[in-house]
Amino acid sequence: MKTSAREQKLQHLYWRAGFGIPFRSDQAIPGIKQAVRELLHAAGQVAPLQVTLPHTETSRQADAQNAEMRQLRQRERQQGFVLLNNTWLQQMATSEAQLREKMTLFWHGHFACRLREPRFALLQHNTLREHALGKFPDLLLAISKDPGMLQFLNNQQNRKQRPNENFARELLELFTLGRGHYTEQDIKEAARAFTGWSYNPQGEFVFRARQHDRGQKTFMGKRGNFSGEEILQMIVENPRTAQFLTAKLYAFFVSDVPNPERVQALSSYFYETGYDIPKLLEKIFRAKWFYGPDVVGSKIKSPIELLAGLQRQFDLTYADGRSPLVLQRAMGQELFRPPNVSGWAGGRNWIDSSTLAFRLRIGPALLQDAALEVSLKPDDDTEPTAPRKRRQDGLRTVRAKADLSGLHQQLQKVKDSELIEKLSQKLLQVPLRPETTALLTQHVPSGAAHADKVTLLTLRLLSLPEYQLC
Amino acid sequence: MSALASGMLLVPNFLHGLDRGGLPLLANSNGKRLVVIQLSGGNDGLNTVVPYQNDLYYKARPTLAIPAREVLTLDKGLGLNPAMEKMRLLYDQGYVSILNSVGYPDPDRSHFRSMDIWQSGSASDEYLNTGWLGRYLDSLSGPSANYAAIEVDDTLSLALKGEQYTGIAVQDVKRFFQATNDQFLKQAAQLHAEEHSHHQVDYLYKTLIDTQQSAGYLQEKTKVYRSKKNYPNGEFARNLKTIAELIASGVESRVYYASLTGFDTHVRQAGQQANLLRELSEGLYSFVEDLRQQQEFDNTVIMVFSEFGRRVAQNASNGTDHGTANNLFLIGGKLKQAGVYNEGPNLQDLDQGDLRYSIDFRNIYATLLHNWLDGNAAGILGGKTQLLTGLL
Repeated sequence: MKTSAREQKLQHLYWRAGFGIPFRSDQAIPGIKQAVRELLHAAGQVAPLQVTLPHTETSRQADAQNAEMRQLRQRERQQGFVLLNNTWLQQMATSEAQLREKMTLFWHGHFACRLREPRFALLQHNTLREHALGKFPDLLLAISKDPGMLQFLNNQQNRKQRPNENFARELLELFTLGRGHYTEQDIKEAARAFTGWSYNPQGEFVFRARQHDRGQKTFMGKRGNFSGEEILQMIVENPRTAQFLTAKLYAFFVSDVPNPERVQALSSYFYETGYDIPKLLEKIFRAKWFYGPDVVGSKIKSPIELLAGLQRQFDLTYADGRSPLVLQRAMGQELFRPPNVSGWAGGRNWIDSSTLAFRLRIGPALLQDAALEVSLKPDDDTEPTAPRKRRQDGLRTVRAKADLSGLHQQLQKVKDSELIEKLSQKLLQVPLRPETTALLTQHVPSGAAHADKVTLLTLRLLSLPEYQLC
Repeated sequence: MSALASGMLLVPNFLHGLDRGGLPLLANSNGKRLVVIQLSGGNDGLNTVVPYQNDLYYKARPTLAIPAREVLTLDKGLGLNPAMEKMRLLYDQGYVSILNSVGYPDPDRSHFRSMDIWQSGSASDEYLNTGWLGRYLDSLSGPSANYAAIEVDDTLSLALKGEQYTGIAVQDVKRFFQATNDQFLKQAAQLHAEEHSHHQVDYLYKTLIDTQQSAGYLQEKTKVYRSKKNYPNGEFARNLKTIAELIASGVESRVYYASLTGFDTHVRQAGQQANLLRELSEGLYSFVEDLRQQQEFDNTVIMVFSEFGRRVAQNASNGTDHGTANNLFLIGGKLKQAGVYNEGPNLQDLDQGDLRYSIDFRNIYATLLHNWLDGNAAGILGGKTQLLTGLL
């Protein structure tokens, strides 16, 4: 195989399984089999996201009653989410465990919660992170007992005398079986099984036996005094859960265009392996069709993929911690703030005229240390009552410093005549049309120094719609 | 400016069609338009349209209630917040209809989620990726340019996103034009004007070309006309002025969308809300006057809504917390029924301290779509809605 073809395949693998390949001078070019093995191996270790959340110690009484204390807590929550966001984004950009970051992002959108307390968000994140590459039944049990999840879907109000169906409904509709594969009665009966699943202020799961309904339930055709654990067990015993998850993973890692045949084969395998996530991913990444022309370059990068990719390949350093959040919100994907429990819709939903125009400007602007301005819509859930002038939405300016030296080094020995071809292969996952190549040639002054040409062409390529794809 | 602009004022409305000939929207338009005003943060409806004859209101709000003698009285025991004098002027002219107790079953108290529900037109346990106005764009026969729905903002709301068609967000036509006028990108886009094999690349280029063309169209259309009407200061009024200029310039859009933010009044509500309601009323008053002078008010309806109302009782910080049902304003030159549409909220029969809804907001959407925009309400909203009688 030609080196450049192999490089393209590797780039594809790394964009889908991670956030792209950083530009280093000493880059090795392994075969796909080895690269997949390395990806899985590097992601095998689990290290929790380390964030020290701001917390001013005080007596609890002062907390509740004092208006200033409430404002302080409010500020702390905001700062907490900025820290969480920055730390995770940085980790996506730099971590060797790319697949764990990517998979955690997938589960973050699958078990999507908008939480008020950053410490609950961190707990939940680390639960997802821990089980991201394990077996799905373990993940499902852990997230079902996660305080953030229980809070977000009102399960602390789910009591024997007055069941709250919110968690049970989303569990069946969005997390496991999908619409049309359960009845309203199944929801009611499942909700009864989760009565008493609660948590304490320290963020620990608590089973409140007195609120739990021990009576007989009929769930998906079976009768028994089911516990919540047993309901979860029955859900994963249903192959439909494997199909639902596989279809979603296929859309996330492979293509928005459904392929029932491939999904069916993958989902049977997923089910047979007891929902072994790394095995399923390995099967996908090693499939021949994964590197086919209908797959490569066919996905619109999510805003997080776009930003983490830029940060990974160009070592972006933002002028302040708010900046990445501003960009994320302007493009419609802010980490820890999914739109609702069904997560980010993805695909073409990322694109409208405003987000596309903004996306095309982001790369060139950030790489040139130019100011990007955008006016953000309010987020009253995180900033209630803040006076309008002091709010974090409204007109915001974003700046960053970038480092193109890795890319420059890689292209040092490339002849001018081959520069566009080589550079576009490195930066884009779809081939440039010859006409576009010709246009680029016109836009580069022929007398410019080699390094300047590289920089100029990079800025142009990043402004093309093709850069939005991976 | 002037020669052309002032000349335009004299052209009777039906003749405007002449210089709009050939544009894709005319073919499937009944010439009517909707302007949506979103009050973000959860406007306190009870202190906007005040039930000043109801003791329960005064009991629930010992320091926050608006004294009966100060309200601008309307009908059915209701009166406007004293900051809304200009709204009262519009009301007196028969341009305003007030709908009380508007909401939906199982209300959600998160700003984001409730706004999501309002913008998508979903039930509270349903998650849609499209907005009700975006689906209206989808439902139009024939191709629809993306300036068919314009939001005056930097980013586009879910409300205007459809499956096939989405509106555009334009805060400032000139800035929008400049931002999409990169010559290199324009040339690159032209190279992709015809489809080639890669469907996702084509899709992005198509969106880019649409955006460039819309920006060019809006720039071209609006470069001459400037509203001479005086508007109050502030971004909200400026955005309304932009809409008036787009309309007066003959831009063929059916839907406009703008927001006024800051209604999340948990603390020291009275002053903050009064300022906002004044900004709202004065802005809308100038806007209506402007449209009337352009002979464009009769084919315009304005809807003013918020994601939820607030709790009936005030809190300990002279503010109010997130609630449920709320009032909603419709403003237009040709309302069938102006005034207070239905009885004020029932303060006796609360749901754990919150108002119960009596009008589902989706029925208002259905009525606007069916009776005003000539749209397929059942298809857009899922068929479970009912039309409100006698309104439009």
